[in-house]
Order: sequence, then C-alpha cells, then structure tokens
Amino acid sequence: MLTISNLHARIEEKEILRGINLEIKPGEVHAIMGPNGSGKSTLASVLAGREDYEVTDGSVTFNGKDLLDLAPEKRAAEGIFLAFQYPVEIPGVTTINFLKTALNEIRKYHGQEPLDAAQFLKRMREKAKLVKIDDALLKRSLNEGFSGGEKKRNEIFQMAMLEPSLGILDETDSGLDIDALRIVAEGVNQLRNENRSFIVVTHYQRLLDYIVPDFVHVLYKGRIVKSGTKELALELEEKGYDWIKNEVDALEVA
Amino acid sequence: MNSIENKDSLKAHLIADFQLSQAILNGKSTMPIHQVRSEAMKNFDKLGFPTIRHEEWKYSNVSNLIKQTFDFHTKTDFNKSDLEQIPLPHLNGNVLYFINGVYNAEISEISTPEDKLKVIPFSEALAQQPELIEGYFGKYANYQTDAFTALNTALSNDGVVVQVADNKVVEEPIIIRFISDARVANVGSQPRNLIIVGKNSQVKIAEAYRTVGDEAAFVNTVTEIIVGESAMVDYYKVQNESDKSYHIGTTQVYQKGRSYFYAATATLNGGFVRNNLNVVLDGEHIESHLYGLYVPNGKQHIDNHTLVDHQKPNCESNELYKGILMDKSTGVFNGKIFVREDAQKTNAYQNCRNVVTSDEATMNTKPQLEIWADDVKCSHGTTTGQLNDEAIFYMQSRGIPKKEAIRLQLLAFAQDVVTQIKIDSIREYIEALILEKLEAA
Ligand SMILES: Nc1ncnc2c1ncn2[C@@H]1O[C@H](COP(=O)(O)OP(=O)(O)OP(=O)(O)O)[C@@H](O)[C@H]1O
Ligand SMILES: [Mg+2]
Repeated sequence: MLTISNLHARIEEKEILRGINLEIKPGEVHAIMGPNGSGKSTLASVLAGREDYEVTDGSVTFNGKDLLDLAPEKRAAEGIFLAFQYPVEIPGVTTINFLKTALNEIRKYHGQEPLDAAQFLKRMREKAKLVKIDDALLKRSLNEGFSGGEKKRNEIFQMAMLEPSLGILDETDSGLDIDALRIVAEGVNQLRNENRSFIVVTHYQRLLDYIVPDFVHVLYKGRIVKSGTKELALELEEKGYDWIKNEVDALEVA
Repeated sequence: MNSIENKDSLKAHLIADFQLSQAILNGKSTMPIHQVRSEAMKNFDKLGFPTIRHEEWKYSNVSNLIKQTFDFHTKTDFNKSDLEQIPLPHLNGNVLYFINGVYNAEISEISTPEDKLKVIPFSEALAQQPELIEGYFGKYANYQTDAFTALNTALSNDGVVVQVADNKVVEEPIIIRFISDARVANVGSQPRNLIIVGKNSQVKIAEAYRTVGDEAAFVNTVTEIIVGESAMVDYYKVQNESDKSYHIGTTQVYQKGRSYFYAATATLNGGFVRNNLNVVLDGEHIESHLYGLYVPNGKQHIDNHTLVDHQKPNCESNELYKGILMDKSTGVFNGKIFVREDAQKTNAYQNCRNVVTSDEATMNTKPQLEIWADDVKCSHGTTTGQLNDEAIFYMQSRGIPKKEAIRLQLLAFAQDVVTQIKIDSIREYIEALILEKLEAA
C-alpha cells in the first residue's frame, strides 16, 4: 500500500531524512521509535504533505500513486490521515463544522454526495462513543482550550470519522494518562482491519502493549537503522537507544 | 461636470453651492438652523479639506477626492425595479430609502405605529417641527474643527429623524438604505440623520450604504444619536459601496445615565472610507460596546477612527475592531479613549486585531488612551498578523482544500464581530458579502 524508497528531505539547509526505506502492506501496524530529533515527526509530516519540507531525493507511492505529487488535501482524500503530535487550535471553527466540511470534501473527491445532517450526526455519535469524547467538546472551537489529553482524543475521533486507509499517529500517547491511553488505544484497535494500516510513532512500550505492532523500526539521524518485530520495542524499553546509537555512530566514523 | 482636474475644485464648487442655497432662502435665513449652517460654512471655508499633514488624516489622503467634482442635486429615476440590482434579502421592519440623499417615499415602508416611533425624513421634520430640529442641530457633532462635519452641517440635504418615545420597546428594526445612483454622472450626497431615543426605550437601527453605477460617488454623512436615560440602542452601519466611491461618515453618540449603546460597523466595500464613531458617556452606569469589521481588497482604503469619552464615574466601554486586508488594500484604526477627571471607576477596553493576507496590504493602528482619573481599569491591544499556516496545513491534512481552509479561517476570524449583529437580515447580508469577497480572493 505504501512504499517509501530512499526518501531524503530537508528543511531550510538542514537535511533531516537521509534515505528512508519502508514498505507497508494493507492491515499492518508499524511502530516507529527513536530518540528525540531523529526525524520521526518529519517523516510523518512529509507523508502528509507539509510544504515546509523539501524532498530532495527518493519516492513515495501510495496505492500505486505518486504521493509526493499530491497536495495535502488530495492525500487526505486518498486515505492518509496524520494525527498530529501537536494538534493545532482553530478558534471560531467548531469540531463538528470542521469535520462536516472535511468529510464532504473527501466525499466530493470520490464523486459522492455530501452527507446530510442526520447521516452526519449519526456517524458522529457512533464515532464519539469509540473514543468516549464528549458532545459538548465537539461543539466548541476546534482544540481551543482543550487539555492535552482532549486534543489527542479528538485526533483519534477525527480519524474515526474520516476512515482513512493509512493512519499515522505521531506520539498520540504523549500527554495521556493511563485511562485515556487505554481509551485511545482501544479506539485505534477498533479501527484496525485487513485493509487499514497504521504507522505509530511513539517513545513508549506502554502504547504498544495495547496497539500491538507487526513491525518496529528505529529511526536515528534520518534513517531506519534497525527493524524488527514487537520484541524489539521491549528490548529498547529495557536498554534504551545508546547501544543502537553507538553501533550507528561507529559505522559512520568508519 | 466630471473631473475638472483642479486641486481645489471641490471646495470652490461647494462654496458656490452654498451661496446658491442661501439666495433662495427668501428671508428664512434668520432662522436659527440657517445661522448654524452659515457658521458651519464659514468654518469649512477656513478649515478647508484636511491634508495628510493633519494628525487625524495622516494615513488617509483625500487629495483624489477633492480634485473631482460631484453633482449634489442629481435627478435620478431610480425606482422599485432598480432595487433588484441591490438585493438585501429578508428585509423587514421599517425600511427607508434615500437615493442620492433624497428620501423616496414610494419604495419606503414604515410599519411601527406612531405612538412608539416616528421616522420621518429630515426635510419633512425641518418643515413640520423646526423647533425640534433646532434643539439638536449643531449641538453634538463637531462642526467647529472637523471640516467634513462642517460641510455636512452647512449643506446636508436629507436623511432621517428617528424619534422613539419614552418607555417603548420598538420590536421591528429600522433599516435606512442610502443609495448613490452613479449611473450617469459623479454624484454627491450629504445625508444627515438624527436619532433621539427616549428614556427606558429600546430600538435597533441599521444604516446601509450602497452605490449603483460606474461613476464616482461621494457620501459625506453625519448621524447624531441621543440615547436617553436607561435606553438601549443597537446601531449598525453597513457599507457596501463601489471602488469609485468616497465615504466620509461621522456618527456622534451622546449617552445619558444607565443607558446602553451597542454599535457594529461593517465595511465590506468602498474605494475610500473614513468612519468616525464618537461616543460621549455623560452619566453614570453607562455601557458602550463598539464593534467593527473591515474587509478591504484591491486598492480599497478603510479608516476607522473611534473616540470613547468617559465623562462620569462607573461606566464601562468595550471595543473590538477586526480587519482582514487583502491585495493592495490599506486600513487604519485610530482608537481614542478619554477618561476625564470625574470618571472614576471607569472600565474601558479596546482591542484591534488584523489579518493581512498579502505582502502588499498594510494596516496602521494607533490606540490613544488619555486618562485623567486615577481609579480606572483600562486596557488596549492591537495585533496585525498573517494567516496561520499551521492551521491551514492542519485543515488540508483533513481533506479541506487550501483555498477553503483559508476561507474558513478568515470567516472564523470575522465571526466574533458578525455575530454581534442582532438584525437577522443585516447579519445574513454581511455574512453573504464576506463569503463572496473571500471566495473571489
Ligand atoms: N521547522 C524546522 N526548522 C528547523 N529545524 C527543524 C524544523 N522542524 C524540525 N527540525 C529539526 O529536524 C530534526 C528532526 O525533528 P523531528 O521533529 O522530526 O524529530 P522527532 O524524531 O519527531 O523528535 P521528537 O521525538 O522530539 O518528537 C530536529 O533536529 C529538529 O530540530
Ligand atoms: Mg516528533
């Protein structure tokens, strides 16, 4: 479904992604871990189409299409969803109105009629239950004055509403207490199916206890330097990143 | 008659106009109102049109206005069928039309009974109740040092006199539409409105300005509002005039004790716009709320000057102006707050926020607080920023096209002012105009 080959990206003069290769098949969950500043959010942003980053080399294909050629909204319509590490506050636009607009734009892209108010409301009720998000919150301006946990929950709620085929979760677990973590993880698990894939960026094994990944990758200095199965995450939890950093840095010097 | 290129042609033309009007007074020139007019004309002659060296006109240059001429007595055949050109859907209540500054009874409609509300053209009021007009005319708006107000005071043609009796709630709004018919030639008008609201009464009034036709239009308007004790007045000014129009308007408000005044000025279109909103709080426990929204594009210029004059203790004023500036447009906000020595326990707030969507648009803001009392709470702030790119990317990442994302963001920005407007037809009209304007961007 998603093939990333030799992806290089930079911001201003700084090269941040330095040759990423990754293949994701339908239904798979890939965890991406790695130290601060290694490029995890950058990778997520480049996939979602943030303009600040310049792709200097490599390619990304998504369901046969050249992803890098598409505007962010087209990528969303094609089925990519990014749950932001830092969700943005949008004063004056309610979550409900925002999602109605988004959903209907995506439907339009696929030549479908917009949902009417009743259909939309029904879908909203259903999905709000999934992440136990309060109705009152959805009537407020998007993310404005939301707590950290509420923002993250709102991201997953939006993902549930838009039903993407690839969900990219950038540290959705950070800032969540244990209960909220469980709720969010269960929400994600309910969205898992044989066609829908996920990239889960996290620093903690905790989340992966709930959302069990098929593969775990370690990103360091803009490259995937180690890949494995869920056991790799356990090993990282125990030993930290130093052993990997040392291995890579030794190679670089050599 | 059009555009005689001469630096002072407009002034000369207006002075000649005034002499002509004096000549046909036939002895009525001794009436107090004509004394005021004469004095105003003398002031105008002395003051002349302001230049950018004048502190209050630093960013608003009227030199293009004053080298043109305008016909202030244009005959117009504007009629009911022409209204289709300037739709304002769901209009109801008392709706009055002034075409080139002259009342058109045929297309106007007044529905509120006379015991509550009297709405009559200024010209009629002057003929029927000269003593009423004399009691107010020239007493509020400053025709001593403001050249445009002096000019209006000397030469104002028509407008409306609104009288709300004491202890009445006027449910139906009063909507006054001023239309410049510039289809044939440059047209000028100088509307003069007087709104007198009795104690304990409530009323909502909107002034809506509009141009038809491609020639230039000059509107120099003065509205005076007297808000009686414990009265509540909502006043909306909506401007949707052509790019070749010049609008200079002063709204002078005088509030008595425990009264409540609520203004929203929405400037959607106009080539050159200057609004002065001056509010005098002359009593205790008064509330004043001033909202403004301006959305210039192209080369439009919109200038809002406000003055809130706290003269007595225990009053509150609150002001929020918001601007969206596109293309090569320019905006000015100058907000003065005076807190006089007597006005202890004053709360006065002022805020002006702007979004500039193009590198070539500019906004000049100047808050000006002058406080002579010591026990007061005052705050002011101005911001001018760009679109929030993070928010736009966020919306795009959910499937919303960039253009639509920008539009949503700007609409949301305008919303806190738009929602203040309590006359549904006027609010919907403004919403539609903003949408239309942002769509074209
Ligand atoms: N807008 C920017 N301008 C300059 N440098 C940037 C910008 N965005 C990211 N970077 C740099 O790129 C590098 C990678 O950042 P990125 O946010 O992708 O890391 P991360 O792996 O997500 O880290 P964390 O675990 O802290 O979230 C960092 O060194 C960061 O400072
Ligand atoms: Mg990150």
